[in-house]
Amino acid sequence: MKPLLLRGGTLLDPSQRLNEVGDVLITDGAISGVGSKLATPDEAEVIDCAGLIVSPGFIDVHCHLREPGREDVETIATGARAAAAGGFTAVCAMPNTDPVTDNQAAVGFIVRQAQRAESSRVYPIGAISVGQEGKALAEFGEMVGAGAVAVSDDGKPVASAQLMRTALEYARTFKIPVIDHCEEPTLSAGGSMNEGIVSAQLGLKGIPAEAEEIMVIRDILLARLTGGHVHLAHMSTKGSVELIRWGKERGIRVTAEVCPHHLSLTEESVRGYNTNAKMNPPLRTAKDVEALREGVKDGTIDLIATDHAPHHYDEKEREFADAPNGIVGLETALAVIVTNLVETGHLTFSDLVDRMACAPARIFGLPGGSLKRGAAADVTVFDPKARWKVDASQFVSKGRNSPYDGMTLVGRAACTIVAGSVVYRSGNPVRGREKSVRTRG
Amino acid sequence: MTGTLGKDLLGLESLTGDQIRLILDTAEPFKEISERAIKKVPALRGSTIVNLFFENSTRTRISFEFAEKRLSADTVNVSVSGSSVSKGETLVDTARNLEAMRIDMVVIRHSASGAAQFLAERIQSNVINAGDGTHEHPTQGLLDILTLRDRFGDLNGRRICICGDILHSRVARSNIWGLTKLGAEVAVCGPRSLLPNAIDEFGVRIFDRVEEAIEWAEALNVLRLQFERMTAGYIPSAREYNRVFGITRERLDRAPGDILILHPGPMNRGVEIDSDVADGPHSVILEQVTNGVAIRMAVLYLLAGGKPELAEAAKGGGGRGREDRE
Repeated sequence: MKPLLLRGGTLLDPSQRLNEVGDVLITDGAISGVGSKLATPDEAEVIDCAGLIVSPGFIDVHCHLREPGREDVETIATGARAAAAGGFTAVCAMPNTDPVTDNQAAVGFIVRQAQRAESSRVYPIGAISVGQEGKALAEFGEMVGAGAVAVSDDGKPVASAQLMRTALEYARTFKIPVIDHCEEPTLSAGGSMNEGIVSAQLGLKGIPAEAEEIMVIRDILLARLTGGHVHLAHMSTKGSVELIRWGKERGIRVTAEVCPHHLSLTEESVRGYNTNAKMNPPLRTAKDVEALREGVKDGTIDLIATDHAPHHYDEKEREFADAPNGIVGLETALAVIVTNLVETGHLTFSDLVDRMACAPARIFGLPGGSLKRGAAADVTVFDPKARWKVDASQFVSKGRNSPYDGMTLVGRAACTIVAGSVVYRSGNPVRGREKSVRTRG
Repeated sequence: MTGTLGKDLLGLESLTGDQIRLILDTAEPFKEISERAIKKVPALRGSTIVNLFFENSTRTRISFEFAEKRLSADTVNVSVSGSSVSKGETLVDTARNLEAMRIDMVVIRHSASGAAQFLAERIQSNVINAGDGTHEHPTQGLLDILTLRDRFGDLNGRRICICGDILHSRVARSNIWGLTKLGAEVAVCGPRSLLPNAIDEFGVRIFDRVEEAIEWAEALNVLRLQFERMTAGYIPSAREYNRVFGITRERLDRAPGDILILHPGPMNRGVEIDSDVADGPHSVILEQVTNGVAIRMAVLYLLAGGKPELAEAAKGGGGRGREDRE
């Protein structure tokens, strides 16, 4: 593998308080030099990064890659390539596949498919309960041994407080977070959007904010009881932010994520029965969006994750209440955050890199998240000023279900590097890792 | 060709007060047609209309069918049990097939909120919403309003209370939009478990006790209580509902002035309304049914591009009317 020199970009790495123009040299899949005007080794490929930001690779700890089971909708390979196109060097795949990823063989399958994809890294998340049925605990130890980095019954809440308690206790041995999809199922049953004036006007059954918040506080209290690490997926309400703040002030081991759509859209997007604005948890109100932005700014919300959920076109092309939940997010996440949080002054680019790269690596104990010498060379190069119109038909993902289709956003990945190999270059999606990089001129 | 209503009638939320008045005014001359021995005019002769009912309905379907036939349209009724929908065909496929058959209008009743809009966005034919889920039922709202206008003249400042299950009622939503746009004061009354949590933001008055509603209102629109609300646990029993929220003769006797009683039907006698009220002097329930045909004729006529000022002439029909009778 030839060395790679990223020349003249703005190096942004909150893990070492780095924010300066300089070069990054990558040799043998690791970062071998960071500084200004580094010498170009013989045969190195030079990538001109002038005007671009060079940061630790983004990590998405929450996506649905649909394989095994729904390969017509997404595969691990297409999902990994979509991740690369969005600037993500690694993603974590949720276990609500068919069959459920609830044992070491299933986890191993995902690891192997990810290796064959030769694109961004894919880390499996194992199920909390066998079959995600909320009854018997899955084999955390076996799954971690096969490569799982966390456990979750995502897609469904862990309805039983006793099972959640046990999971938090049992996960301590393996030092993995237990991720919960916070939803009190009897309160949310039949709901298809946020409960409020819009649901009342549209005649759609609503899901109150309290359905999420009841489970948020339950999980925080169970983390206090057990000393386990609970990670709360896709937070969507103002109340949740306040409850997490309460937990963190007391030193409880709670971390949390928020999705780009909950930071940028409200329930108003559902008007007209737009099924691409249907997801669970649902889009909430402007007050919730503001509180979530504050939460991600002050660190109450630790990180940003996409909840990338591709669906077949036909499945979204139907009556709102019957349409499936979820939207694709890997290829728009960066731009949605730049447009709605950086350009509005809520986050600096340094904060963005922390919430999308450093914090996910730190909290999930994953490689990457740093440009320090010796670290794995997972690097994202992005153009903070690129203005582009989202065209879902051009997504690398198989999914087209995006509420941002047709919108003009700012910020786009220019180059994604995994273990020293380029897996994506703007305007030229790479199929697999570039093995033989040729120097030019 | 579309009239001043646009292509479709999906709800009253999107209409202006003037558009609602136009429909009400257009319905006036059509009322008289139904009083004739030969109840038919040729206004929609040659038009093809599909009544696409994904949900059971007797009176709305019959009312639409009479309206269509009295305007001389060719109609086909499709009900869910006899269609390919039960074989798993999607709404979008149904829409495309209808489009391919070059029909002029579709009247749709569906259990999903938004289904009428979904269809309207995908076909060029005019779409009339005959009730979509818990969203809207615009022709019911219009016929309720027409019935009130017949009695009150102008609705501006009139006090109307909608009683019962507001949460699940498309009739309530259409009434609230329509009445508000015509300047009426609107209230709702029912158990809080059957009111939307965000009801405060609708700009309506709320009564927790039906006695207070009766004291305030000049008309009550009494909604049907669906029995599945009991099994779903929204309220404990029909018996208690009648005791606390039922419109009874005793309660009406304490009304300070005249009060009109409307009910969109079908009624649960002895639950939300007592028989002596339904059949009594306050009731305008059968006027609503009569007005329903006129309202639907007006909507069909206007959406087909009929000129409102010609509605009066259309009812005459002249020589063409005779032709039509052959």
